[in-house]
Amino acid sequence: MMPRWWHRFWPPVLVFVLFGVGLEAWVRLAHIESWLVPPPSSILATLWHRWRYPLGPALWQTTLAAVLGFAASAAAGVILAVVLASARIVQRAFYPYAIFFQTVPIIAIAPLLVIWIGYGLSTVVASAFIVSLFPVIANTLMGLRSTDPALRDLFRLHGAGAWATLWKLRLPWAMPHLFAGLRVSAGLAVIGAIVGEFFVGQGLGMQIFSAQKTVHTEVVYAAILLASLLGLALFGLVNLAAALTLRHWHASEQGG
Amino acid sequence: MSSTLEQPRASRHAVGVRLCGVTRVFAGGVHAVDAMDLAIMPGEFVALLGPSGCGKSTLLRLIAGLDRADAGRMELINASGDRAMQMAYVFQDAHLLPWRSVLCNVELPLELAGVARAERRQRALALIEQVGLRDAVQRYPAQLSGGMRMRVSLARALVTEPSLLLLDEPFAALDEITRQQLDSQLRQLWLDRGMTVIFVTHSTNEAVFLADRAVVFSARPARIVLDCALDLPAQRAQHTRTSPPFVAAMRRLYEALEAGGAS
Repeated sequence: MMPRWWHRFWPPVLVFVLFGVGLEAWVRLAHIESWLVPPPSSILATLWHRWRYPLGPALWQTTLAAVLGFAASAAAGVILAVVLASARIVQRAFYPYAIFFQTVPIIAIAPLLVIWIGYGLSTVVASAFIVSLFPVIANTLMGLRSTDPALRDLFRLHGAGAWATLWKLRLPWAMPHLFAGLRVSAGLAVIGAIVGEFFVGQGLGMQIFSAQKTVHTEVVYAAILLASLLGLALFGLVNLAAALTLRHWHASEQGG
Repeated sequence: MSSTLEQPRASRHAVGVRLCGVTRVFAGGVHAVDAMDLAIMPGEFVALLGPSGCGKSTLLRLIAGLDRADAGRMELINASGDRAMQMAYVFQDAHLLPWRSVLCNVELPLELAGVARAERRQRALALIEQVGLRDAVQRYPAQLSGGMRMRVSLARALVTEPSLLLLDEPFAALDEITRQQLDSQLRQLWLDRGMTVIFVTHSTNEAVFLADRAVVFSARPARIVLDCALDLPAQRAQHTRTSPPFVAAMRRLYEALEAGGAS
Protein backbone atom coordinates (compact mmCIF):
# COMPACT_ATOMS: atom_id res chain seq x y z
CA MET A 1 0.00 0.00 0.00
CA MET A 2 1.43 3.36 -1.08
CA PRO A 3 1.35 6.20 1.45
CA ARG A 4 -1.48 8.66 1.03
CA TRP A 5 0.56 11.60 -0.20
CA TRP A 6 1.74 9.48 -3.10
CA HIS A 7 -1.76 9.52 -4.60
CA ARG A 8 -1.50 13.27 -4.96
CA PHE A 9 2.05 13.32 -6.19
CA TRP A 10 2.30 10.57 -8.76
CA PRO A 11 0.41 12.39 -11.57
CA PRO A 12 2.73 15.43 -11.74
CA VAL A 13 5.77 13.20 -11.16
CA LEU A 14 4.66 10.99 -14.03
CA VAL A 15 4.25 14.03 -16.30
CA PHE A 16 7.75 15.18 -15.31
CA VAL A 17 9.31 11.78 -16.07
CA LEU A 18 7.47 11.39 -19.38
CA PHE A 19 8.50 14.89 -20.41
CA GLY A 20 12.12 14.15 -19.52
CA VAL A 21 12.13 10.88 -21.45
CA GLY A 22 10.44 12.54 -24.45
CA LEU A 23 12.93 15.41 -24.42
CA GLU A 24 15.83 13.00 -24.20
CA ALA A 25 14.55 10.98 -27.17
CA TRP A 26 13.90 14.10 -29.26
CA VAL A 27 17.30 15.70 -28.53
CA ARG A 28 19.14 12.47 -29.37
CA LEU A 29 17.10 11.41 -32.42
CA ALA A 30 17.04 14.91 -33.98
CA HIS A 31 20.72 15.50 -33.15
CA ILE A 32 20.05 18.79 -31.40
CA GLU A 33 23.26 20.55 -30.39
CA SER A 34 23.79 20.09 -26.66
CA TRP A 35 24.65 23.77 -26.13
CA LEU A 36 21.15 24.60 -27.46
CA VAL A 37 19.12 21.98 -25.57
CA PRO A 38 21.18 19.60 -23.49
CA PRO A 39 19.63 16.13 -23.02
CA PRO A 40 18.00 15.68 -19.59
CA SER A 41 20.48 12.94 -18.77
CA SER A 42 23.37 15.37 -19.06
CA ILE A 43 21.50 17.90 -16.92
CA LEU A 44 21.12 15.23 -14.25
CA ALA A 45 24.77 14.28 -14.63
CA THR A 46 25.73 17.94 -14.23
CA LEU A 47 23.60 18.15 -11.07
CA TRP A 48 25.34 15.07 -9.75
CA HIS A 49 28.89 16.15 -10.53
CA ARG A 50 28.54 19.80 -9.61
CA TRP A 51 26.28 19.37 -6.60
CA ARG A 52 28.96 19.64 -3.95
CA TYR A 53 30.40 22.64 -5.75
CA PRO A 54 29.01 25.01 -6.92
CA LEU A 55 25.31 24.08 -7.33
CA GLY A 56 24.54 22.84 -3.80
CA PRO A 57 25.99 25.88 -1.99
CA ALA A 58 24.40 28.15 -4.61
CA LEU A 59 20.99 26.57 -3.97
CA TRP A 60 21.49 27.08 -0.25
CA GLN A 61 22.35 30.78 -0.73
CA THR A 62 19.31 31.33 -2.94
CA THR A 63 17.08 29.42 -0.54
CA LEU A 64 18.25 31.51 2.40
CA ALA A 65 17.70 34.78 0.51
CA ALA A 66 14.29 33.77 -0.86
CA VAL A 67 13.04 32.49 2.50
CA LEU A 68 14.25 35.60 4.36
CA GLY A 69 12.74 37.91 1.74
CA PHE A 70 9.50 35.95 1.76
CA ALA A 71 9.28 35.94 5.57
CA ALA A 72 9.95 39.68 5.64
CA SER A 73 7.25 40.42 3.07
CA ALA A 74 4.78 38.16 4.90
CA ALA A 75 5.36 40.02 8.16
CA ALA A 76 5.56 43.51 6.65
CA GLY A 77 2.66 42.79 4.29
CA VAL A 78 0.30 41.86 7.12
CA ILE A 79 1.34 44.85 9.24
CA LEU A 80 0.98 47.27 6.32
CA ALA A 81 -2.40 45.78 5.40
CA VAL A 82 -3.60 46.31 8.98
CA VAL A 83 -2.40 49.91 8.87
CA LEU A 84 -4.05 50.51 5.49
CA ALA A 85 -7.29 48.91 6.67
CA SER A 86 -7.39 51.07 9.81
CA ALA A 87 -9.03 54.00 8.03
CA ARG A 88 -10.34 54.77 4.56
CA ILE A 89 -8.27 57.92 4.36
CA VAL A 90 -5.07 56.04 5.17
CA GLN A 91 -5.83 53.50 2.49
CA ARG A 92 -6.62 56.19 -0.06
CA ALA A 93 -3.42 58.07 0.75
CA PHE A 94 -0.98 55.16 0.73
CA TYR A 95 -2.41 52.38 -1.40
CA PRO A 96 -1.19 53.87 -4.70
CA TYR A 97 2.34 53.70 -3.31
CA ALA A 98 1.83 50.07 -2.30
CA ILE A 99 0.99 49.35 -5.93
CA PHE A 100 4.45 50.69 -6.74
CA PHE A 101 5.84 47.44 -5.33
CA GLN A 102 3.85 45.47 -7.87
CA THR A 103 4.70 47.56 -10.90
CA VAL A 104 8.35 48.28 -10.17
CA PRO A 105 10.60 46.41 -12.62
CA ILE A 106 12.92 44.66 -10.19
CA ILE A 107 15.51 44.27 -12.93
CA ALA A 108 15.80 48.07 -13.00
CA ILE A 109 15.82 48.51 -9.23
CA ALA A 110 18.32 45.76 -8.44
CA PRO A 111 21.39 47.78 -9.54
CA LEU A 112 20.22 50.57 -7.23
CA LEU A 113 19.92 48.10 -4.38
CA VAL A 114 23.52 47.09 -4.97
CA ILE A 115 24.56 50.75 -4.78
CA TRP A 116 22.58 51.30 -1.57
CA ILE A 117 23.14 48.05 0.26
CA GLY A 118 26.24 46.61 -1.35
CA TYR A 119 27.28 43.20 -2.61
CA GLY A 120 25.86 40.63 -0.23
CA LEU A 121 22.97 38.61 1.07
CA SER A 122 21.05 41.70 2.28
CA THR A 123 20.72 43.02 -1.25
CA VAL A 124 19.38 39.71 -2.53
CA VAL A 125 16.94 39.53 0.40
CA ALA A 126 15.81 43.10 -0.33
CA SER A 127 15.19 42.19 -3.96
CA ALA A 128 13.12 39.12 -2.99
CA PHE A 129 11.25 41.23 -0.42
CA ILE A 130 10.32 44.02 -2.85
CA VAL A 131 8.97 41.64 -5.48
CA SER A 132 6.94 39.49 -3.08
CA LEU A 133 5.48 42.21 -0.86
CA PHE A 134 2.51 43.45 -2.84
CA PRO A 135 0.44 40.24 -3.11
CA VAL A 136 0.51 39.92 0.69
CA ILE A 137 -0.65 43.51 1.19
CA ALA A 138 -3.34 43.37 -1.49
CA ASN A 139 -4.85 40.05 -0.43
CA THR A 140 -4.68 40.64 3.31
CA LEU A 141 -6.23 44.07 2.84
CA MET A 142 -9.07 42.53 0.87
CA GLY A 143 -9.57 39.97 3.64
CA LEU A 144 -9.58 42.64 6.35
CA ARG A 145 -12.06 44.69 4.37
CA SER A 146 -14.41 41.78 3.74
CA THR A 147 -15.10 40.92 7.38
CA ASP A 148 -18.68 39.70 7.79
CA PRO A 149 -20.65 42.87 8.71
CA ALA A 150 -22.96 40.85 10.97
CA LEU A 151 -19.98 39.63 12.97
CA ARG A 152 -18.62 43.16 13.22
CA ASP A 153 -22.02 44.17 14.59
CA LEU A 154 -21.87 41.30 17.04
CA PHE A 155 -18.46 42.39 18.29
CA ARG A 156 -19.68 45.98 18.57
CA LEU A 157 -22.80 44.92 20.44
CA HIS A 158 -20.69 43.01 22.95
CA GLY A 159 -18.43 45.99 23.53
CA ALA A 160 -15.30 44.73 21.77
CA GLY A 161 -12.67 47.40 21.13
CA ALA A 162 -10.69 47.87 17.93
CA TRP A 163 -7.86 45.70 19.21
CA ALA A 164 -10.05 42.76 20.24
CA THR A 165 -11.95 43.02 16.95
CA LEU A 166 -8.68 42.92 15.03
CA TRP A 167 -7.26 39.91 16.88
CA LYS A 168 -10.35 37.84 17.37
CA LEU A 169 -12.26 38.67 14.21
CA ARG A 170 -10.63 40.59 11.39
CA LEU A 171 -7.22 38.92 11.23
CA PRO A 172 -8.54 35.36 11.53
CA TRP A 173 -11.22 36.24 8.98
CA ALA A 174 -8.50 37.44 6.56
CA MET A 175 -6.49 34.21 6.88
CA PRO A 176 -7.71 32.53 3.66
CA HIS A 177 -6.95 35.76 1.79
CA LEU A 178 -3.54 36.04 3.43
CA PHE A 179 -2.66 32.51 2.29
CA ALA A 180 -3.82 33.28 -1.24
CA GLY A 181 -1.35 36.18 -1.21
CA LEU A 182 1.44 34.07 0.30
CA ARG A 183 1.03 31.45 -2.44
CA VAL A 184 1.75 34.08 -5.08
CA SER A 185 4.52 35.66 -3.01
CA ALA A 186 6.39 32.39 -2.50
CA GLY A 187 7.13 32.03 -6.22
CA LEU A 188 7.87 35.73 -6.62
CA ALA A 189 10.39 35.66 -3.76
CA VAL A 190 12.46 33.07 -5.63
CA ILE A 191 12.33 35.19 -8.80
CA GLY A 192 13.34 38.29 -6.84
CA ALA A 193 16.24 36.43 -5.22
CA ILE A 194 17.56 35.15 -8.57
CA VAL A 195 17.36 38.61 -10.14
CA GLY A 196 19.16 40.09 -7.14
CA GLU A 197 21.84 37.43 -7.46
CA PHE A 198 22.47 38.34 -11.10
CA PHE A 199 23.75 41.69 -9.87
CA VAL A 200 25.28 40.67 -6.58
CA GLY A 201 26.99 37.64 -8.06
CA GLN A 202 26.05 34.76 -5.82
CA GLY A 203 23.68 31.83 -5.59
CA LEU A 204 21.79 30.21 -8.45
CA GLY A 205 21.44 33.58 -10.16
CA MET A 206 25.19 33.88 -10.51
CA GLN A 207 25.46 30.24 -11.68
CA ILE A 208 22.96 30.90 -14.46
CA PHE A 209 24.67 34.15 -15.39
CA SER A 210 28.22 32.80 -15.55
CA ALA A 211 27.31 29.48 -17.15
CA GLN A 212 25.50 31.37 -19.89
CA LYS A 213 28.66 33.42 -20.56
CA THR A 214 30.73 30.25 -20.96
CA VAL A 215 27.94 28.40 -22.85
CA HIS A 216 27.66 25.70 -20.22
CA THR A 217 24.00 25.33 -21.16
CA GLU A 218 23.55 22.19 -19.04
CA VAL A 219 24.56 24.18 -15.95
CA VAL A 220 22.02 26.87 -16.83
CA TYR A 221 19.34 24.19 -17.08
CA ALA A 222 20.41 22.50 -13.85
CA ALA A 223 20.28 25.83 -11.99
CA ILE A 224 16.86 26.62 -13.48
CA LEU A 225 15.63 23.20 -12.39
CA LEU A 226 16.86 23.82 -8.85
CA ALA A 227 15.26 27.27 -8.77
CA SER A 228 11.94 25.82 -9.92
CA LEU A 229 12.11 23.09 -7.28
CA LEU A 230 12.85 25.76 -4.66
CA GLY A 231 9.78 27.76 -5.76
CA LEU A 232 7.70 24.60 -5.70
CA ALA A 233 8.93 23.70 -2.21
CA LEU A 234 8.08 27.16 -0.84
CA PHE A 235 4.65 26.97 -2.48
CA GLY A 236 4.16 23.53 -0.94
CA LEU A 237 5.07 24.82 2.52
CA VAL A 238 2.56 27.66 2.21
CA ASN A 239 -0.09 25.17 1.14
CA LEU A 240 0.71 22.95 4.09
CA ALA A 241 0.50 25.90 6.49
CA ALA A 242 -2.82 26.93 4.91
CA ALA A 243 -4.24 23.43 5.20
CA LEU A 244 -3.26 23.22 8.87
CA THR A 245 -4.53 26.69 9.72
CA LEU A 246 -7.80 26.46 7.82
CA ARG A 247 -8.54 22.79 8.42
CA HIS A 248 -11.71 23.52 10.37
CA TRP A 249 -13.11 26.11 8.01
CA HIS A 250 -14.52 23.89 5.30
CA ALA A 251 -15.97 20.45 5.58
CA SER A 252 -13.98 19.54 2.46
CA GLU A 253 -10.69 19.94 4.36
CA GLN A 254 -11.77 17.26 6.85
CA GLY A 255 -10.44 13.74 6.45
CA GLY A 256 -10.37 13.73 2.68
CA MET B 1 -34.18 18.89 26.95
CA SER B 2 -32.64 19.15 30.40
CA SER B 3 -33.08 22.46 32.10
CA THR B 4 -30.31 23.23 34.56
CA LEU B 5 -30.73 26.85 35.48
CA GLU B 6 -28.57 28.46 38.10
CA GLN B 7 -30.96 31.34 38.64
CA PRO B 8 -34.67 31.13 39.31
CA ARG B 9 -36.92 33.16 37.06
CA ALA B 10 -37.91 35.66 39.73
CA SER B 11 -34.39 37.06 40.04
CA ARG B 12 -34.07 37.69 36.33
CA HIS B 13 -33.77 41.19 35.14
CA ALA B 14 -35.74 42.06 32.03
CA VAL B 15 -35.28 45.24 30.03
CA GLY B 16 -37.95 46.87 27.91
CA VAL B 17 -37.69 49.57 25.30
CA ARG B 18 -39.70 52.66 24.44
CA LEU B 19 -39.58 54.38 21.06
CA CYS B 20 -41.03 57.87 20.58
CA GLY B 21 -41.24 59.24 17.07
CA VAL B 22 -38.23 57.28 15.92
CA THR B 23 -37.34 57.97 12.28
CA ARG B 24 -34.58 56.49 10.17
CA VAL B 25 -33.92 57.78 6.68
CA PHE B 26 -31.28 56.08 4.56
CA ALA B 27 -29.12 57.80 1.98
CA GLY B 28 -31.23 58.55 -1.06
CA GLY B 29 -34.20 59.58 1.05
CA VAL B 30 -35.59 56.10 1.72
CA HIS B 31 -37.71 56.23 4.87
CA ALA B 32 -37.13 52.89 6.58
CA VAL B 33 -38.84 53.86 9.82
CA ASP B 34 -41.08 56.90 10.09
CA ALA B 35 -42.15 58.51 13.37
CA MET B 36 -42.51 55.18 15.15
CA ASP B 37 -44.08 55.03 18.60
CA LEU B 38 -43.78 51.66 20.29
CA ALA B 39 -43.30 50.46 23.83
CA ILE B 40 -42.20 46.98 24.74
CA MET B 41 -42.44 46.16 28.42
CA PRO B 42 -39.87 44.18 30.40
CA GLY B 43 -40.47 40.44 30.10
CA GLU B 44 -42.69 40.60 27.02
CA PHE B 45 -42.32 38.27 24.06
CA VAL B 46 -43.20 40.43 21.07
CA ALA B 47 -43.25 39.39 17.42
CA LEU B 48 -42.68 42.09 14.82
CA LEU B 49 -44.29 41.20 11.50
CA GLY B 50 -44.23 42.93 8.19
CA PRO B 51 -43.59 42.50 4.48
CA SER B 52 -39.96 42.03 3.49
CA GLY B 53 -38.00 45.24 3.35
CA CYS B 54 -40.52 47.15 5.45
CA GLY B 55 -37.93 48.33 7.94
CA LYS B 56 -38.47 45.89 10.79
CA SER B 57 -34.83 44.82 10.73
CA THR B 58 -33.83 48.49 10.77
CA LEU B 59 -35.99 48.92 13.85
CA LEU B 60 -34.25 46.00 15.54
CA ARG B 61 -30.84 47.43 14.70
CA LEU B 62 -31.89 50.79 16.15
CA ILE B 63 -32.98 49.11 19.37
CA ALA B 64 -29.68 47.20 19.54
CA GLY B 65 -27.76 50.46 19.12
CA LEU B 66 -26.16 49.18 15.90
CA ASP B 67 -27.75 52.04 13.99
CA ARG B 68 -28.67 55.58 14.97
CA ALA B 69 -32.08 57.17 14.51
CA ASP B 70 -32.32 60.42 12.53
CA ALA B 71 -35.11 61.71 14.73
CA GLY B 72 -37.04 60.66 17.80
CA ARG B 73 -36.14 59.21 21.15
CA MET B 74 -35.38 55.70 22.27
CA GLU B 75 -34.97 54.63 25.84
CA LEU B 76 -34.49 51.36 27.63
CA ILE B 77 -36.92 50.55 30.40
CA ASN B 78 -35.55 49.06 33.61
CA ALA B 79 -32.00 49.14 32.25
CA SER B 80 -28.99 49.18 34.52
CA GLY B 81 -25.31 48.76 33.98
CA ASP B 82 -23.48 47.38 31.03
CA ARG B 83 -25.27 47.52 27.71
CA ALA B 84 -22.96 44.86 26.24
CA MET B 85 -24.11 42.32 28.80
CA GLN B 86 -27.80 43.24 28.63
CA MET B 87 -28.52 42.78 24.97
CA ALA B 88 -28.06 39.94 22.60
CA TYR B 89 -28.77 39.76 18.91
CA VAL B 90 -29.46 36.77 16.69
CA PHE B 91 -29.04 37.28 12.94
CA GLN B 92 -30.84 35.75 9.98
CA ASP B 93 -28.00 33.29 9.52
CA ALA B 94 -25.93 31.75 12.29
CA HIS B 95 -22.81 33.88 11.59
CA LEU B 96 -20.43 31.76 13.64
CA LEU B 97 -16.65 32.11 13.61
CA PRO B 98 -15.57 29.21 11.38
CA TRP B 99 -12.20 28.84 13.10
CA ARG B 100 -13.73 28.32 16.52
CA SER B 101 -15.30 25.19 17.94
CA VAL B 102 -18.91 25.24 19.14
CA LEU B 103 -17.70 25.78 22.70
CA CYS B 104 -15.41 28.69 21.78
CA ASN B 105 -18.11 30.28 19.63
CA VAL B 106 -20.56 30.26 22.53
CA GLU B 107 -17.88 31.58 24.89
CA LEU B 108 -17.14 34.57 22.64
CA PRO B 109 -19.47 37.21 24.18
CA LEU B 110 -18.21 36.34 27.68
CA GLU B 111 -14.64 36.48 26.43
CA LEU B 112 -15.24 39.95 24.99
CA ALA B 113 -16.78 41.01 28.30
CA GLY B 114 -13.66 39.84 30.13
CA VAL B 115 -15.23 36.95 32.06
CA ALA B 116 -12.62 34.54 33.49
CA ARG B 117 -11.89 31.41 31.49
CA ALA B 118 -13.19 28.84 33.94
CA GLU B 119 -16.46 30.67 34.48
CA ARG B 120 -17.16 31.32 30.81
CA ARG B 121 -16.42 27.68 29.96
CA GLN B 122 -18.86 26.50 32.57
CA ARG B 123 -21.58 28.91 31.47
CA ALA B 124 -21.09 28.10 27.80
CA LEU B 125 -21.26 24.35 28.47
CA ALA B 126 -24.48 24.74 30.45
CA LEU B 127 -26.09 26.63 27.58
CA ILE B 128 -24.83 24.25 24.89
CA GLU B 129 -26.43 21.44 26.85
CA GLN B 130 -29.66 23.40 27.07
CA VAL B 131 -29.92 23.79 23.31
CA GLY B 132 -29.20 20.08 22.90
CA LEU B 133 -25.71 20.24 21.41
CA ARG B 134 -23.79 18.44 24.13
CA ASP B 135 -22.24 15.96 21.70
CA ALA B 136 -21.10 18.71 19.33
CA VAL B 137 -19.14 20.82 21.84
CA GLN B 138 -15.77 20.28 20.17
CA ARG B 139 -17.03 20.32 16.59
CA TYR B 140 -16.58 23.19 14.15
CA PRO B 141 -19.34 25.12 12.31
CA ALA B 142 -18.44 23.48 8.97
CA GLN B 143 -19.31 20.11 10.49
CA LEU B 144 -22.77 21.17 11.66
CA SER B 145 -26.15 21.24 9.95
CA GLY B 146 -27.98 24.53 9.46
CA GLY B 147 -30.26 23.82 12.42
CA MET B 148 -27.34 22.98 14.69
CA ARG B 149 -25.52 26.15 13.66
CA MET B 150 -28.59 28.20 14.53
CA ARG B 151 -28.72 26.49 17.94
CA VAL B 152 -25.09 27.52 18.51
CA SER B 153 -26.00 31.05 17.49
CA LEU B 154 -28.90 31.01 19.95
CA ALA B 155 -26.66 29.66 22.72
CA ARG B 156 -24.10 32.38 21.97
CA ALA B 157 -26.81 35.02 22.31
CA LEU B 158 -28.09 33.61 25.59
CA VAL B 159 -24.74 32.95 27.27
CA THR B 160 -24.53 36.46 28.69
CA GLU B 161 -28.01 35.95 30.18
CA PRO B 162 -29.29 38.99 28.31
CA SER B 163 -32.20 41.02 29.62
CA LEU B 164 -33.26 41.87 26.09
CA LEU B 165 -32.99 39.35 23.29
CA LEU B 166 -33.35 40.59 19.72
CA LEU B 167 -33.89 38.10 16.91
CA ASP B 168 -33.99 39.02 13.22
CA GLU B 169 -35.80 36.25 11.32
CA PRO B 170 -33.41 33.75 12.86
CA PHE B 171 -35.05 30.56 11.64
CA ALA B 172 -36.19 31.73 8.21
CA ALA B 173 -33.58 29.71 6.32
CA LEU B 174 -34.31 26.41 8.10
CA ASP B 175 -36.58 23.57 7.09
CA GLU B 176 -40.06 23.37 8.61
CA ILE B 177 -39.35 20.63 11.18
CA THR B 178 -36.13 22.19 12.46
CA ARG B 179 -37.80 25.55 12.58
CA GLN B 180 -40.68 24.27 14.69
CA GLN B 181 -38.25 22.55 17.07
CA LEU B 182 -36.31 25.77 17.51
CA ASP B 183 -39.52 27.72 17.99
CA SER B 184 -40.45 25.41 20.89
CA GLN B 185 -36.97 25.63 22.34
CA LEU B 186 -36.95 29.43 22.22
CA ARG B 187 -40.40 29.65 23.78
CA GLN B 188 -39.27 27.34 26.60
CA LEU B 189 -36.09 29.34 27.16
CA TRP B 190 -38.19 32.46 27.50
CA LEU B 191 -40.57 30.77 29.97
CA ASP B 192 -37.57 29.63 32.03
CA ARG B 193 -35.67 32.89 31.97
CA GLY B 194 -38.20 35.66 31.57
CA MET B 195 -36.06 38.06 29.54
CA THR B 196 -37.67 40.42 27.05
CA VAL B 197 -37.75 38.97 23.53
CA ILE B 198 -38.27 40.92 20.31
CA PHE B 199 -38.62 38.55 17.39
CA VAL B 200 -38.75 39.78 13.80
CA THR B 201 -40.42 37.40 11.37
CA HIS B 202 -42.58 37.37 8.28
CA SER B 203 -44.34 34.16 9.22
CA THR B 204 -47.71 34.61 10.92
CA ASN B 205 -47.57 31.00 12.10
CA GLU B 206 -44.25 31.51 13.84
CA ALA B 207 -45.35 34.83 15.33
CA VAL B 208 -48.49 33.35 16.89
CA PHE B 209 -46.72 30.26 18.16
CA LEU B 210 -43.89 32.17 19.81
CA ALA B 211 -45.14 35.49 21.02
CA ASP B 212 -47.64 36.89 23.48
CA ARG B 213 -48.00 40.07 21.51
CA ALA B 214 -47.75 40.76 17.80
CA VAL B 215 -47.04 44.08 16.10
CA VAL B 216 -47.78 44.17 12.38
CA PHE B 217 -46.07 46.76 10.18
CA SER B 218 -47.06 48.19 6.83
CA ALA B 219 -44.80 48.26 3.80
CA ARG B 220 -42.03 50.88 3.88
CA PRO B 221 -41.91 53.13 5.74
CA ALA B 222 -42.86 50.85 8.64
CA ARG B 223 -46.05 51.99 10.36
CA ILE B 224 -47.97 49.97 12.89
CA VAL B 225 -51.13 48.47 11.37
CA LEU B 226 -51.98 46.15 14.23
CA ASP B 227 -50.75 45.74 17.78
CA CYS B 228 -52.52 42.93 19.59
CA ALA B 229 -52.13 40.45 22.42
CA LEU B 230 -52.07 36.77 21.50
CA ASP B 231 -54.24 35.03 24.08
CA LEU B 232 -53.00 31.48 23.91
CA PRO B 233 -51.88 29.13 26.68
CA ALA B 234 -48.37 29.87 28.01
CA GLN B 235 -47.20 26.33 27.29
CA ARG B 236 -47.44 25.72 23.57
CA ALA B 237 -47.09 22.35 21.92
CA GLN B 238 -46.96 21.51 18.25
CA HIS B 239 -50.70 20.71 18.24
CA THR B 240 -51.35 24.27 19.40
CA ARG B 241 -50.61 25.27 15.81
CA THR B 242 -53.85 23.67 14.63
CA SER B 243 -56.13 24.81 17.48
CA PRO B 244 -58.99 27.19 16.54
CA PRO B 245 -57.73 30.18 18.59
CA PHE B 246 -54.30 29.78 16.98
CA VAL B 247 -55.74 29.72 13.49
CA ALA B 248 -57.99 32.70 14.28
CA ALA B 249 -55.01 34.72 15.53
CA MET B 250 -53.02 33.80 12.44
CA ARG B 251 -55.83 34.94 10.18
CA ARG B 252 -56.05 38.24 12.06
CA LEU B 253 -52.33 38.89 11.57
CA TYR B 254 -52.52 37.81 7.96
CA GLU B 255 -55.36 40.24 7.23
CA ALA B 256 -53.43 43.04 8.88
CA LEU B 257 -50.36 42.18 6.82
CA GLU B 258 -52.42 42.27 3.65
CA ALA B 259 -54.01 45.57 4.57
CA GLY B 260 -50.58 47.07 5.38
CA GLY B 261 -49.00 45.77 2.22
CA ALA B 262 -51.80 47.19 0.04
CA SER B 263 -51.56 50.70 1.44
